[in-house]
Amino acid sequence: MKEMTTDTLVIGGGAAGMAAAVECAERGCRTILVEREEYIGGVLNQCIHNGFGLHVFKEELTGPEYAQLFKSQIRQKGVETRSDLFVVKVDAKRREVVTMGKNGCAIYRPQALIMTTGARERPFNSLRIPGTRPAGIYTAGVAQRFVNLHNRLPGERAFVLGSGDIGLIMARRLTLEGMTVLGVAELMPHPGGLARNISQCLHDFNIPLYLSTSVVEVHGRERLEGITLAKFDPVTLQRLPGTDETIACDTLILSVGLLPQNELIESFVETDPVNRGVKVDSFMRTTHPWVFAAGNNVGVYDLVDFVTLDGKIAGQSAAKMVHDGFLPEKRVPLARTENISTLIPSLCCLEGNPFTIYFRSKKTMKKARISIGPGLFETIRMGIKPSEMVDIPFTVKHMEKLKQLGLSKIEVSLKEVL
Amino acid sequence: MENRTLTCISCPLGCDLEAEVVGDTVTVTGNRCDKGVAYAKAEILNPQRVVTSNILVEGGICPLVSVKTSAPIPKGLIGNMIQELKNMKIRAPIRIGQILIRNLLGTGIDVIATREVETCPAGE
Ligand SMILES: Cc1cc2nc3c(=O)[nH]c(=O)nc-3n(C[C@H](O)[C@H](O)[C@H](O)COP(=O)(O)OP(=O)(O)OC[C@H]3O[C@@H](n4cnc5c(N)ncnc54)[C@H](O)[C@@H]3O)c2cc1C
Ligand code: SF4
Repeated sequence: MKEMTTDTLVIGGGAAGMAAAVECAERGCRTILVEREEYIGGVLNQCIHNGFGLHVFKEELTGPEYAQLFKSQIRQKGVETRSDLFVVKVDAKRREVVTMGKNGCAIYRPQALIMTTGARERPFNSLRIPGTRPAGIYTAGVAQRFVNLHNRLPGERAFVLGSGDIGLIMARRLTLEGMTVLGVAELMPHPGGLARNISQCLHDFNIPLYLSTSVVEVHGRERLEGITLAKFDPVTLQRLPGTDETIACDTLILSVGLLPQNELIESFVETDPVNRGVKVDSFMRTTHPWVFAAGNNVGVYDLVDFVTLDGKIAGQSAAKMVHDGFLPEKRVPLARTENISTLIPSLCCLEGNPFTIYFRSKKTMKKARISIGPGLFETIRMGIKPSEMVDIPFTVKHMEKLKQLGLSKIEVSLKEVL
Repeated sequence: MENRTLTCISCPLGCDLEAEVVGDTVTVTGNRCDKGVAYAKAEILNPQRVVTSNILVEGGICPLVSVKTSAPIPKGLIGNMIQELKNMKIRAPIRIGQILIRNLLGTGIDVIATREVETCPAGE
């Protein structure tokens, strides 16, 4: 079996992995980037719509364009890219990574490992919808690959379940490709995706959005023939009797969320039960000192810009680990209060570079007071929505103040201001 | 006078805008930056969109090249544009930023490639 040592190894060539790899190589580390697909780029390759890069590049790019900017840097900085290569095992005790490719298995021994494996889509079977299991039911990302990379349409008449961004974008894409999109159903009383996507993907094409509605049964033997919709109580989320309605369609597109993908490391690093991703500190270091992580495997981000920024931090930290052999150990946990769901990172270091705290609200708020501390930072933000992550910069000054105050945890609090 | 509520789509923040329309004058509130005002005005007086889609490729390593309009086009032309894209095929190699259609439907706006497509050594 082929065996290799390297300074840093990055697993997953999406936005996070590309950013991390560039940072490592720039700091003189021998860097290998492993990707299971034929090309690096991750989900960006299939997201042909625009809306990427406003924070990082101050211009609105499509997914492939955003990816290209990093692909060029990867080449320039001398990152060694290994695509068509699948990581099958990460052994923390021996600090080894086992890959499988066309030429068989190989073992890599990196001094620091960066996990950027992204998220996978929640599958149909996890929804426990009764009925048959015919062909014609696809997750939105799979349908997106069919249409944008392989030039295949999934059917003729589609219904979309779930109003996440991928579902909304696919409703528009399938309409433009000539399919009839009958509607989008969302169980919650509010849409899951960004407001701009409701407007430009649904309203522009007169596609109806049914809130507090879900699919309760699918019909058809070989191929999907129809679905039954029902209304749900907005508060109790209980199905309302007598509201069933059956719609004929041959395609059901699911956009019901992403799950961070961490099978390779979850046996030896801690995960956050709410983010469902690996726990990281402000150096993007996991609870194992050899392993760093960034991107959708840490928590599901809605903007690629934030993924890129955290990917960069992971790369910088891993390079520092390779050069210095250690990173500052003192850390203070970040704690959620009642209105917070996703929260990244889980721990704040008392030293190091500035970073950003990202969190998601559980509720829609017109105006909200955000406080970090107590006593570190306070601000007012308008228009808080569960679908949009809030970003709060944490500077070196905040770290100094944190040391002075001697807090044992940092509370992140979000309260509506009436 | 007419009151309209819109969602600014100029960036992912998606501000909820309130617009007051009196003839050709639009007054906007709820925007977090100036782009919101420009968006509301354009959206009410002449709605436009950047459109993204794909065009078939011949002799490339993948069957499609992703494309976008170089600037927003009037919303009413989206259907015609998609028809035009469906009727064409482009030979690889294609460079990112390459103009694939010049002056789309007489708008003065181009359709450009958003992806690199190398030629496939084996032909198709
Ligand atoms: C449909 C869709 C639309 C979006 N729209 C927008 C938008 O308009 N604007 C915006 O800013 N953001 C948008 N986003 C969000 C943003 O694009 C993503 O959050 C970001 O690209 C995720 O990057 P990542 O590196 O974390 O994950 P990914 O891109 O998923 O990369 C993970 C990579 O790891 C590889 N991998 C996984 N496991 C292994 C293994 N065992 N061995 C080898 N390789 C492996 C995968 O093949 C993949 O390439 C969208 C996301 C989606 C899905
Ligand atoms: S008004 Fe400005 S900040 Fe708000 S969505 Fe539009 S462009 Fe973004």
